[in-house]
Amino acid sequence: MHIVVCIKQVPDSAQIRVHPVTNTIMRQGVPAIINPYDLFALEEALRLKDQHGGTVTVITMGPPQAEAALRKALSFGADDAILITDRAFAGADTLATSFALASAIRQIQKNMPVDMVFTGKQTIDGDTAQVGPGVAKRLDMQLLTYVSKVVSVKPDKAEIVVERRAEGGVQVLKTRLPCLVTVLDGNNQMRFANMPNMFRAARHPLKRWSREEAGIVDEDIAKIGLKGSPTVVSKVFAPTPKSERAEMIAVESGDPKDLAVTVLAKMFTRFPAVEKEIAKRAQ
Amino acid sequence: MSEAPARKKRKFELDPKLASYKGVWVFVEHERGQVHPVSWELMGEGRKLADMLGVELVGVVLGAPGEPTRRFCTEAIYHSADLCYLMEDDILKDYRNEPFTKGMTNLVNTYQPEILLLGATTQGRDLAGSVATTLQTGLTADCTALTIDPDNRSMAATRPTFGGSLLCTIVTLNYRPQMATVRPRVMAMAERDASRTGRVIEHPLGMVESSIITKVLEYIPDAMQDKPQLAFADIIVAGGRGMKKPENFQLIWDLAQVLGAEVGASRPVVQAGWVDLERQVGQSGKTVRPKLYIAAGISGAIQHRVGMDASDCIIAINNDPNAPIFDFATYGIVGNAMTVVPALTEAFRQKLASVKKAG
Repeated sequence: MHIVVCIKQVPDSAQIRVHPVTNTIMRQGVPAIINPYDLFALEEALRLKDQHGGTVTVITMGPPQAEAALRKALSFGADDAILITDRAFAGADTLATSFALASAIRQIQKNMPVDMVFTGKQTIDGDTAQVGPGVAKRLDMQLLTYVSKVVSVKPDKAEIVVERRAEGGVQVLKTRLPCLVTVLDGNNQMRFANMPNMFRAARHPLKRWSREEAGIVDEDIAKIGLKGSPTVVSKVFAPTPKSERAEMIAVESGDPKDLAVTVLAKMFTRFPAVEKEIAKRAQ
Repeated sequence: MSEAPARKKRKFELDPKLASYKGVWVFVEHERGQVHPVSWELMGEGRKLADMLGVELVGVVLGAPGEPTRRFCTEAIYHSADLCYLMEDDILKDYRNEPFTKGMTNLVNTYQPEILLLGATTQGRDLAGSVATTLQTGLTADCTALTIDPDNRSMAATRPTFGGSLLCTIVTLNYRPQMATVRPRVMAMAERDASRTGRVIEHPLGMVESSIITKVLEYIPDAMQDKPQLAFADIIVAGGRGMKKPENFQLIWDLAQVLGAEVGASRPVVQAGWVDLERQVGQSGKTVRPKLYIAAGISGAIQHRVGMDASDCIIAINNDPNAPIFDFATYGIVGNAMTVVPALTEAFRQKLASVKKAG
């Protein structure tokens, strides 16, 4: 079984700062990490590999530095890694990104058929959740988004059953391989990297694919990067700061009972929706 | 609100082929016989956009033949749609990506809207990403504000990025339709007016079940599952290291029980094994957006914050007046969580009792 996991290197959201004057993201000095949502996808892929055997290939599209994210993924146990990197990809929106990734996955398929493509439900920097569905459509693969649990995989029958998060419940879906799965967060925990994998990750001959190597011909150059992106960012600005700090609740008596009654009264006045929600529960 | 230095407006002329795309569409999302409230929020916003453009507001309903589906069309019209496109087929009984993508794509190609809005829900995002890729058009995710640029009739969609630390406005110039998913509970619902009338136009799906690869085996409602559902909870009571001992965490459970709330936790508490991993809120756990989030003994480190600061109202209890959680909570109480939490439990219990009595 061959699973391709698409990951993205993102700036650690915990350390993002916005320049107060220019309103641009200050990337300098911000550590780059694997998109946390992608780790759930990678772990799920590694678990399937543990059960069924096979190969896990991680890919990412990004600048040369994104190699670090791939090496990290190798240290967790991925077998192979490909960095898709080319100036031609710069400025890509989700439509252009899905074109490039789909093309690269087709190249991978030429060497080894791909049974599944896994990815996180979204990234923490873009938050779009659009690249997964885009790649699936371009590869004409069945799409399973927001998968909370892989119930079973039968590689010999090319069949997979998953639980997919829907509003108010989960759908149990059965489909045929190959398929693309976006993995919901919080249902597994990334394993620790072990020593042999860490050594292997450091030495692994990582593949670096240019646009041509990713299978994108000259005629398709208008489908990638800035040119291939229908959406244009017209303005970036800082949000109006939330009413600075919390409204601190204090009562003369200092009695927790009075504190509780005071905060409830304030809240119900300002947030009628909360009061309504609580009233619903009285029924 | 400060803005980036004004850039020169680009000269822009829409491709004549695209100028025939007219109207603002709203995808009416439903599951298990219920329309998702975000659809009526989109109608409210869509109405404004349609009026600015001088075009019709259109609801799009895909579903199984029968009364509920028809009722959704009527409701869409009550919620200010001028027209509804209705696609009825047994294949559309449950949401599935393939037939819904095909159905929506066919409708767009046939009737050519200039704007298509969907909710940023699991269903809306699944469908939007697929439809936009199939149509090769631009899609802006998870928007919090929409407007029309009067100079060129294009939609300007504003969305938070980098976990909300920046906002950006995105336009889709020479592509139609312009698509966006919109975050639930940000926009005001359209007012329902049962005297409104409008047209319903039916359009066939044109697929057979045997051609669809993905099958729905079962639908398990959350109520039937004994599993925490934090991502969709309207009220969450969360505890952190400040609860001091695992036994004290019972106070969190007690409050949650009175409120019919889910229990959440910060990472240290999960790692200490006090509660299950499924309840962890934050960067390596769940992202939640309840109407009310009560954080007891949680300091509010950024890793926790990114998972919950989109909550509508946050009550924070912490004995450290300098805890970062007070920088972004709505209400702050400096005090001992072990006494304040039970006091809140009692206050909410009394509130519920008074509602019951009144109702």
